[in-house]
Formats: sequence, structure tokens, C-alpha cells
Amino acid sequence: MKEIVVISGKGGTGKTSITASFAMLGGSDVVVADCDVDAADMHLLMQPDFNFAEDFYSGEVAYVDQSNCISCGKCRDVCRFDGISAKNNRYVVDPISCEGCGYCARVCPTKTIINKKRLAGKWFISKIKTGSIMVHARLGIGADNSGKLVAKVKNEAKEIALEEHKGFILVDGSPGIGCPVVSSLSGANFVVLVTEPSVSGLHDLKRVYELVKKFNIKAGCIINKADVNPAKCAEIVAFLTENDIVHLTDLPYDENFTRAMVLGQTMVEYDHGKLKELLAESWEKVKRLGSGTY
Amino acid sequence: MTDLKPLKIAIASGKGGTGKTTLSTNLAAFIAEQHEVVLVDLDVEEPNSGLFFKGELTHEEDIFKMIPQWDASKCTLCGICPKLCSYHAVIQLGPSILVFPELCHSCYACSELCPVDALPMIPKKTGTLRDFRIDKLNFVESRLEIGEEQAVQLISKTKKYVAATYGNVSIAIFDSPPGTSCPVMEATRDADFVILVTEPTPFGLHDLSLAVETMRTLKKPFGVVVNRYGIGNDEVIHYCREENIPLLAKIPNSRKIAELYSSGKLMYQDFPEVRQSLSDILDYCIKAVKGAKV
Repeated sequence: MKEIVVISGKGGTGKTSITASFAMLGGSDVVVADCDVDAADMHLLMQPDFNFAEDFYSGEVAYVDQSNCISCGKCRDVCRFDGISAKNNRYVVDPISCEGCGYCARVCPTKTIINKKRLAGKWFISKIKTGSIMVHARLGIGADNSGKLVAKVKNEAKEIALEEHKGFILVDGSPGIGCPVVSSLSGANFVVLVTEPSVSGLHDLKRVYELVKKFNIKAGCIINKADVNPAKCAEIVAFLTENDIVHLTDLPYDENFTRAMVLGQTMVEYDHGKLKELLAESWEKVKRLGSGTY
Repeated sequence: MTDLKPLKIAIASGKGGTGKTTLSTNLAAFIAEQHEVVLVDLDVEEPNSGLFFKGELTHEEDIFKMIPQWDASKCTLCGICPKLCSYHAVIQLGPSILVFPELCHSCYACSELCPVDALPMIPKKTGTLRDFRIDKLNFVESRLEIGEEQAVQLISKTKKYVAATYGNVSIAIFDSPPGTSCPVMEATRDADFVILVTEPTPFGLHDLSLAVETMRTLKKPFGVVVNRYGIGNDEVIHYCREENIPLLAKIPNSRKIAELYSSGKLMYQDFPEVRQSLSDILDYCIKAVKGAKV
């Protein structure tokens, strides 16, 4: 079983649309993991049945039980996150600021502060229209531990893939370079970088690739909307060559991406021409590269 | 505008790539035609606003977070510190204490509760802040070190720098990270008004609804700007109407705008209707905040 992760650095490059097309092409041999838990959109194209749903708790949040509080203020003094404030000598926790470090509870002389488990989101296992299974999640608003929810989604997908002898896990990663991306990348066999030929696209590609290098994972790149700026596109291609990143394909700027999305379809269901062909060729390459047989 | 200062406008979105940076940079440049303004890029994982301005670097500093450093000569291996750490950033391995800086939230609990002071806090570089000046436009950006997973502290320190340096500037614009998790909360929590940028597509709508929930949790006044208007469908417009969310502007879908953006160019000078939209957006923000204060 091989793990393929699709990331982009910059948002809005077409990462999810491309991942969904790969999922469709891969069919029943691919377990999908939507690890973009912050803004999970894959389910809008995959017709999931939300067959299994479970709350996800991660981290803690402090709570002051007022009955034993002697208003000494020690909790507020030790908090580095401005998470505790006093109103009329009543000390209360702001759950949005609280990072759940537990320091306040340790120093409370009357032990009146307790740490409650924090509901960080919900996660799901669904049957999807590709004939396979998708593990996905919804992060709670302002939740702190998106990296942990990403790890949860990925590990569940991995277990299912192993149990059911699937060939691949296909991971839709999150934008940026922070903890959710780090969690998405760990353990991957191959990374697909989706970018666009813009100053931001190239800038973000370079940063996220620095991160990929730290993991020592082989990478390939899809340049989406390639014809919007041919000069920038050439710069990206030069960067790929320099860094030994496989240039998987160039996709044209095409509003059919949006039209397909509006119908809840993947590109490979909507389009029967050149785009579908390019995506299908790319998926074949990705499979071979992910299996180390290119 | 003198009675408004400082007006803090945050520009955010659930989905990435909807046009936060486009709006932030164009709005800031538009305001700077007449007034002193500071634009702050808080998307520290992938900062892009700076790609649109060539200014004079006026200030640069490394930003540090505090982490514990093990002092083997003092440590008695009592085993308290690993139990104190809620983030598994401090662990005991045989006769050693190991610190994982990227997991540390700088709560100080291990350091201050160590009975023999064997974990003094030391600074560790988490990013770099740069301040540029282009006529009336001041531009501040921070970039997270690659491999560093916690963006929140860098965002918070960047805001402190801006408050200390630009207290007298009448308008501050904060380009926020995408998503709904902790970095977004940190970037938007002390804004006077939040502009949510979306696109009229199913992904745009879904992620907008998450961002709206986040802003309602934070009790922030907010409005929506629809970018790439004309693509996709009208669901986003219907949603805003049903939810009573002010629709501040619609920026047309245009390949020309995409091309200008891709080359790192501002676009409002070339599109009179966009200039008008920027003016409307600014007026709305000023009125909304004034109204709230009275």
C-alpha cells in the first residue's frame, strides 16, 4: 500500500479538484483521506454517505469552578496566553485564548481549576461514488489541534487500506507549511505539488518544497492554469528541473473546473477531451512514481 | 479620517486562493493614494503581499519564541517536567531530558515548576519580520521559519510590533491566513472589522460558511466580498442574503485580472469598477466601525 499526498502551499490552485479526479480514476483501489481539515471540500465532489461519524477530542481547556475559587489570581499570573481574566473578582477562562497547557490548574491552591477535554471536531468514514472509501473530518471552529486531526484521518485511512488490501491512499493535504501540512506529509511515498504560474504560486511552491525536502520524499508537480502566464510557467519548470522534481503535466486555464464543481462532479466525469486525457496520464505517472517503478 | 484611528481591518477567507492578497494589496495601495496606511501580512506560512510592492526596507528583526533548555548539571531527573508538558515537547529518555522546540507552546510550566531550575527558557528564532516603506504605504510582513509548526506566536508578535510602531496610522489592514483554525483566530481577533473574501463556487460557499461561523464565534462585525464574480453560480449571493450578511462588493471574473496578479501587479488602476468597489468597501468599514462605537 502506497501513500500519495497532494499539497500546494498556496490555496486555490486546484489541488482538491485534481485530487478528486485522481480518486475517480483510481476507483476502488484508492482510499481517500481529506486532510485539508480546516476547509474540507472533497466531500462536495465525492457523494459521501457519512456512514460512520465520531467526535474528535484533542487537547484540553481550563475551567474555573467558582465554588472553591479564593480569587488569589495565581492562575492569571502564570498564564502566558491571556486566557484568564478577572471580572468583579471572579476569575474566568476565555476558551478561545486558552491553549490547554494546564499550568493554571497546577498552581491553583484550592484545586478548583480543572482541565476539560476539548472537542476539536468530528471525523467520518464514508462510502463514496468511486466505489471506495473516504476518511474525512470537520475541524471545530478555532480549534487548536488541526495537526492531530490530520494524523487521525490519515491513520484511519491507512488502517482501512491495509485491512482491505487497497493499493493506494490518496491524501488531500492542507495549504501552508505549518503543523497540518507536516502531519499530512509524514509517512508519504510520493508528493504531488499543485501550483499555478503566478508570483505567489512560485513563491509558495518553493517554501513548501523546502519542507518536503526535510522529509526526503520524492515529488512531482502539476502546473495548473499554465497558459495564464507562460513566462512564470517557464520559471517554475526551471525550478522543477533544478530540484529534480518530476514535471507531471501542465493543465490549461479552464472554467470547466468550476462548471464541474457546480454540478458536484470531478473533472474526469465532466470533461471527455484533452483535460481528462492529461489528468489520466498524470495519474498513471503518479501511481508508478508512488510505487517506485518509474 | 482623524477620528477613526487606528481602524483595523482584517481580510480573511475560509478557502485559500480566493483573493485575500489581491484585495489586501489593492485596498492598501488605494488608501495610500491619500492617506498613511499600514498593510500587515499575517499569512506567515506563505506570505505573498510583499510580492506586489517594491519598497525600501526600513526595519528587519528576528522574532523569537521562548523554549526550555535542559541544564544537565542541575537536573535531578525527578520526572516532573515530562508530566507537566501537555504538548509532549519535553520527554525523558533514560538519563536525558529532550526538548522538541517545534511542539513547544512557550507556556513556561516546565521551566517555572522545575524544582531545581534545570529548564531555563531561552529564545529560539521562529521567523523574521520585515518593514518596508513605499510613500504613504507601510508594509510589514513576517515569515515563519520552515519546519516551525506554530504560527500563532509569530502572528501575535507581529501584531504587537505594528501596534507599537504604527499607533498613529489611521488604517491598518491585516492579510490573514486561510482556514478557520488557531492562526486565523489570532490574526482576526482584535480587528475592528473583518472582510471575508470568497468565490461564487460550491467550495467557496462551503468554506465561507465555516468562516462566517468563526467570525460569529469571535463576535466580529464582518462583510463579504465576492471575487471572480460571474464564474460558478449565485448560491453565495443567496446565502449572504438569507444570513443577512452585508455584501460589500463583487469583483468580476477576468482573465486579465488573473494575468496581472500572476505577474505581481496591482490591478485597480486598470479597472475603474474595481476602484469604485475598493472605495465602497472602505466606506462601509468606516461606517460599520463608527456605528459600533457610538
